[in-house]
Amino acid sequence: MTRRFVEGSEAIVDAAILAGCRFFAGYPMTPFTEVLDHMASKMPAAGGVCINAESELEAVGMTWGALATGARAATGSVGQGLSLMQESFSEITRAELPLVVFNMARGQSDYYQSTRGGGHGDYFHIVLCPIDIHEAIEHVQLAFHLADRWRNPVQIYGDYLLAHTAEAVELEPIAHDALPAKDWALDGSLNGTGRSRNVNSIGMSKGAKGIAPEQFWKRLQAKYERIREQETRYEAEFLADADYVVTAFGTTAKFVRHVVRDMRDDGRRIGYVRPVTLWPFPAQIYRDCAGAAREIGVFELNGGQMIDDVRLSVLGGAPIVSLGGISSDESGFGVGPLLNTEVIRTILEENYARATGGGSAP
Amino acid sequence: MTLIETKRPPDVPAKEWRAQRPALLLDGDHDLCPGCGEPIALRSLLEVIEEIGWADRTLAAVGIGCYTALTALLDIDMVQALHGRAPSLATGMKRMRPDRLVFTLQGDGDMVNEGLQEVLHSAARGEAITCILLNNGVFGETGGHMTATTVLGQRTKNTLEGRDAKYHGHPISMTDLLTPLGGVSYVARGTVTTARDVERTRRYLRRALETQIAGNGFSFVEILTMCPTGWFIPVAEGPGYLNETIAPVFRTGEFKVAGKPVEAGS
Repeated sequence: MTRRFVEGSEAIVDAAILAGCRFFAGYPMTPFTEVLDHMASKMPAAGGVCINAESELEAVGMTWGALATGARAATGSVGQGLSLMQESFSEITRAELPLVVFNMARGQSDYYQSTRGGGHGDYFHIVLCPIDIHEAIEHVQLAFHLADRWRNPVQIYGDYLLAHTAEAVELEPIAHDALPAKDWALDGSLNGTGRSRNVNSIGMSKGAKGIAPEQFWKRLQAKYERIREQETRYEAEFLADADYVVTAFGTTAKFVRHVVRDMRDDGRRIGYVRPVTLWPFPAQIYRDCAGAAREIGVFELNGGQMIDDVRLSVLGGAPIVSLGGISSDESGFGVGPLLNTEVIRTILEENYARATGGGSAP
Repeated sequence: MTLIETKRPPDVPAKEWRAQRPALLLDGDHDLCPGCGEPIALRSLLEVIEEIGWADRTLAAVGIGCYTALTALLDIDMVQALHGRAPSLATGMKRMRPDRLVFTLQGDGDMVNEGLQEVLHSAARGEAITCILLNNGVFGETGGHMTATTVLGQRTKNTLEGRDAKYHGHPISMTDLLTPLGGVSYVARGTVTTARDVERTRRYLRRALETQIAGNGFSFVEILTMCPTGWFIPVAEGPGYLNETIAPVFRTGEFKVAGKPVEAGS
């Protein structure tokens, strides 16, 4: 496989088609637009369909229908567009359809939206949050696999940097375990046999007068518990002797990780944790480092959202401090002055010195 | 007088011919009210699907309304859509399975209120799907509230003195909206108030599905159905009320055939 210099949007689309995605519907919105562009240009040659939907509501609806036939299908947008899709997301999730969503968010302010379900009802999406384009290529393929494995939507939480910057990458297919046949998919073959299929979100079965929502929704909650046990992913560095731990997610973590490595080179006992899955959240790794670390600093570019999950993970086991904050360019796409390794270094040095007693000021 | 097509042999009485339950209809109870027109419309649809030989190649996207209480008895692969969204789901289904017959079921609250843009966009794209509107002019499931097709003067739970154009606005005719659109091949409206009208409606359904099978784009059949509960009238007066109050506003007949507009009421 040759190495190519491509922007994240194109790499995501190539990875999706490589993973067998054959249906996409979307509505343009910065910085997601280029994902739709590449889908529109590449999907026909792959034997698939890309529809330029008239609205986000219709994009997610079309994808819902495609999924019901057993196809690998995806939609996407930015947080604003995802707001419009939430009603359908909830139904699709509780109908156990394997949706994949490309969220090229306008920065980090949509963490809550992505990790709390987002719409009505008791549900979660698995949320993969790549740090760069290389990881996005893995995550996109993993997303389709996990969606099919768990029959649950998986979201890729990207952003302006991921979608619009280019890296030299290799598009390698990733082998995953075999999946069960989609015997639930609609094809009409069982019509008239008394065993025709009914894809729905309320536990409705054929031939019965009633529905069984409580039983059905309890089964879904048991599934979420298994997903928590089996699919939690994180990246961590230098935790063994860390006096101070900083955590960040997504492309912002790339800047933070770079600064942490520099500080380690300069002798600071600082560690780093990045949740790779925003849901399920890797609570255990935070609990594990809470005992030794004097403090856990959360560097996120929003008003303070992931910090709640870190607090819930350690339950008072260590002080949790917000190091980031709202930071944006004039367009509101989330690429602001805090996204700068020199600025981050200053912030981390100050907090490291304060929390560890100032023993290692630069 | 229009000649009604039927596959019934001349020596078999109509009553006997129709006495058999369609193979696609499961035996069981449902929660629809006595006098409701929706079961007649749905049974007619099943009969037509069987007649044209597509019983094992048909998929449905169903909306949310009273008829949802009956969809568990339709022995057809289906996906339960949200209110208003069925045409978009059917779009994705048909694009992935172009060899299957795909239809939607929606009520007037579902299609004309909540999901108007979805059906219009699907129609204009010329999706090879068949959208079926069960129009009774009220939200029957919530107890008889005004919809976008409630006719002027009609009493509902939230138009107690009758729908007043100055206060509540005007009803929307889906056949008027859909007929001029490119991509739309077949548009018709029928009722289920008399045996003759049921036969005409069956013919419209068959032509709509045949339009889809021929790959000629979007097809649409609106069926006016009785809702004596939501209309606050005795059950037996339902068909008469429909014929006298609603049918004069929403005229029946074929409005577009093979992509060409035709005279209304033909």
